[in-house]
Amino acid sequence: MTEAIATRYVGQPLRRREDFRFVTGKGRYTDDIKATGMLHMAVLRSPHAHAVIRQVDLSAAMAAPGVRLALSGADLAGKIGSIVPNWIIPGTKVPDRPVVAIDRVRFVGECVALVVAETQAMAHDAVGLIDVDFETLPSVIDEEAAIRDGAPQLHDNVPNNITTVYRMGGGDYGKAAREADQIITLRVANNRLIPTCMETRSILAEPNVDGTLTLYLQSQVPHMHRRWIADTVGISEHQLRIVAPDIGGGFGAKMHLYPEELLCPYLARHLGAPVKWWESRSESHQSTNHGRAHTEMLEIAFRNDGKILGLKVETLGNVGAYLSNMASGGPTVNTINFGTGAYKIEHYAARSRVVVTNTVPVDAYRGYGRPEGAYIAERAIDAVARHLNLDQVEVRRRNFIQSDDFPYRPYNGPAVMYDSGNYEGCLAKAMEAFNYEARSNERDQLRAKDRYRGIGVAAYTHMCGMAPSRRLSLMGFNRGGWESARVSVDSSGRVTIFSGSMSQGHGHVTSLAQVAADVLQVPIEDIDVVQGDTKQVQAGHGTFNSRSMAVGGSSVHVSSTRVVAKAKKIAAGMLEVDEADVSYRAGQFTVPGTDIAPLKFGAVARMAYVGHKLPDGMEPGLDETVFYDPKGMGAPSGVHMAYVDVDPETGIVEILDYVAVDDAGTIINPLLAGGQIHGGVVQGIAQALYEEVSYDPDTGQLMTGSLLDYAVPRAEHVPAIRSLFQETPSPTNPIGVKGIGESGSIAAPPCTVHAVLDALSPFGIKHLDMPMTPPRVWSAIQTARTGASQ
Amino acid sequence: MTDTDEKKHVVTIDVNGARRIATVEARKLLVHLLRDDLGLTGTHVGCDTSQCGACTVDIDGQAVKSCTVLAVMADGSSITTIEGLAPGGGALHSIQAAFHEHHALQCGFCTPGMIMAVRQLLKQNPNPAESDIRHQLAGNICRCTGYTNIVRAVQSLASEAQRHD
Repeated sequence: MTEAIATRYVGQPLRRREDFRFVTGKGRYTDDIKATGMLHMAVLRSPHAHAVIRQVDLSAAMAAPGVRLALSGADLAGKIGSIVPNWIIPGTKVPDRPVVAIDRVRFVGECVALVVAETQAMAHDAVGLIDVDFETLPSVIDEEAAIRDGAPQLHDNVPNNITTVYRMGGGDYGKAAREADQIITLRVANNRLIPTCMETRSILAEPNVDGTLTLYLQSQVPHMHRRWIADTVGISEHQLRIVAPDIGGGFGAKMHLYPEELLCPYLARHLGAPVKWWESRSESHQSTNHGRAHTEMLEIAFRNDGKILGLKVETLGNVGAYLSNMASGGPTVNTINFGTGAYKIEHYAARSRVVVTNTVPVDAYRGYGRPEGAYIAERAIDAVARHLNLDQVEVRRRNFIQSDDFPYRPYNGPAVMYDSGNYEGCLAKAMEAFNYEARSNERDQLRAKDRYRGIGVAAYTHMCGMAPSRRLSLMGFNRGGWESARVSVDSSGRVTIFSGSMSQGHGHVTSLAQVAADVLQVPIEDIDVVQGDTKQVQAGHGTFNSRSMAVGGSSVHVSSTRVVAKAKKIAAGMLEVDEADVSYRAGQFTVPGTDIAPLKFGAVARMAYVGHKLPDGMEPGLDETVFYDPKGMGAPSGVHMAYVDVDPETGIVEILDYVAVDDAGTIINPLLAGGQIHGGVVQGIAQALYEEVSYDPDTGQLMTGSLLDYAVPRAEHVPAIRSLFQETPSPTNPIGVKGIGESGSIAAPPCTVHAVLDALSPFGIKHLDMPMTPPRVWSAIQTARTGASQ
Repeated sequence: MTDTDEKKHVVTIDVNGARRIATVEARKLLVHLLRDDLGLTGTHVGCDTSQCGACTVDIDGQAVKSCTVLAVMADGSSITTIEGLAPGGGALHSIQAAFHEHHALQCGFCTPGMIMAVRQLLKQNPNPAESDIRHQLAGNICRCTGYTNIVRAVQSLASEAQRHD
């Protein structure tokens, strides 16, 4: 059969079908939505990192103009459930988290009281009139300080502020240490970040006359949110409709359960009126979860040829004052399971402790744990190369997992399996695109002229689309790993996909339609995609963990395949031939080798609905719903390279070039995939060079409380990102996809750090923590120069 | 704040070619007048310190962050918002089309402000170098695209402008 597929959409750089409304200002974000008679909630947040609440006086607020209601945590006790994590690593001690603090606050920004008023301005004015009598307590913000003897204790049921202890490993690290030529230790910090979606959170809860409730919520996970909110507020899932309109970025921050998401539905039902809440940017810095915030101690045992024999890791993951949704899983499973990275390190011993502190809760942020895990592996391999004065590419090659090792189970451990990959291929492609040899020569020549250029390399692998569901139960998840897709063909042949995935800028209206169009063999213009409405979409988990193509896309593929299979049976009946003789392509059913006239897809769809001539026993309709539970997980991988210039007089780092070669399996749409890499890499560069949440260590005050203080990069701070792909299809799903969304933010931090360290190597600087800001780089150079002159 | 200035002020502005009259509190920002009173929700609020540029509109021929202007200060001015760039829902403005063509947007939240800033940039410098583009867009934050494709989109317009010169 030649050219079986007339139209192939997968692999094409299709322009996004959803762009028109965004570029014309007709996007519909939550705060754009208004309801008649809408009231506004504003929240009073704790000004203290740790304090006892002695009394909350709401009387002046209640008397303020336009105020309908003012409530404290005590007023809400018993009326609304606590916030419970969705992923609890076995053995974890879970502290109670009331929606509004009742007798104690544990971080700056925690909800203390709320006001509902006729306008947002009135609500904010009244919040300023609430008088709270606090008795401050000593606070602790640093994870290392929090576990020391005598540290302030946050929760009675969490001794030493440690909620979780988790171990992972394999082989015999002790043996590796004995056989190694050398052992070095390294302490690395993974700086605390603010995800910074450009759209801050906002919510509109609207009670309906039939007793149901509609909640407009920017959710990456509408169906999971529906369950969490229904469970906590005490209504059934089918009484709660979640509508997730256009979402202005998520990056993990919009897949958790936040207090305001429970307060608005509760208040709307209580008051019988729509209630809206909108978060200002400065409020967001203390009310939306942060990311990363780890400290890692590494011990690396290696031979003098650069081969790493063993790795020992001690992780401390700072999760803030309470365990947010997945907080016990991020620094544990998601981090140390992946601590050996793209390398064959057979002897691995890792322990992670999850630590509570008087800070904003920390949860998923683009990559969640995998950036921290990759940073462990990459800093280890870079340290070995630097220590032995070996080429950083060569040391990686000597340690890489090889193409014929797959499927590969790192350190013979129990939890991780890398399905496929070709790291050498990515490396070769990156070196060529980067012009590695020429760049290396240029760097060396400029060094002789006191110019400080550096080349950074990072390789990574991780796993996406956590599945199958039974595996999630072993890890303590209170959810599955499947995704749902309904492919509904109307009686004219037009198709609507109802997908449980949830785009937040990913372009699913385009990419999911590409997947379906190839299977259904219809023009993409005939396919609509519906997401983000629990009343329209049957079920789902949502978009996170780089899972939307691997799991969501596969679910669309499977349901589309079932549609075609059924349509083929109907067509055979209509054509009065054997099904095996029917061929389908380009929207036409034909019987090759005969002169039977082709039958159009639309005609078969019409027959499916009129039901006049269906095979015996077949139900009418052309509408297939699947709950696709993957059998395994794909492991994306890649090699990134950066070229930087460091000005020793100012400490300013300029990235001159950045090349990303990523293997995400089959690429559905290279234009959109490239966009994911560009954005992820820049978020990773931001971590490496610019961004860090800062707290005053004594008072626990948030010092980076607005965008004036928190350094999100602008266009002038980053280079054009050059993104290239290698495609090694994943054998774990029918479309060969792995995952793309998190790769950039996983690879870019170590890649950028290594480039800066390479530039600073003439000064003898072997390690610096992120972010490598001008003062930090400049100080390191000054210290090195002073030391050298003494 | 009980001593809120509750006196209302009448503001008359020309928005996207139509005369609009609104009665506002003295403290109301122009961005809130546009969004809440005039229903022009294409102009977004992304921060509260005038850092992000999502609220950028054109006031009397100049791109301005509309969160930095009180509504009463805009009285008598002529304003173009993202909704006014390609009126009538027909063909896209060349900047809008370039953003689509080069995948210069993902979540779309920064996009209206970014497009208004690009419009100003190209007005001042029809053929900017990459460094000019990056420098002049420093007042607008995008968190999704890493700016790579935004810069590409602007470059495509710059070279077009060059051809037409």
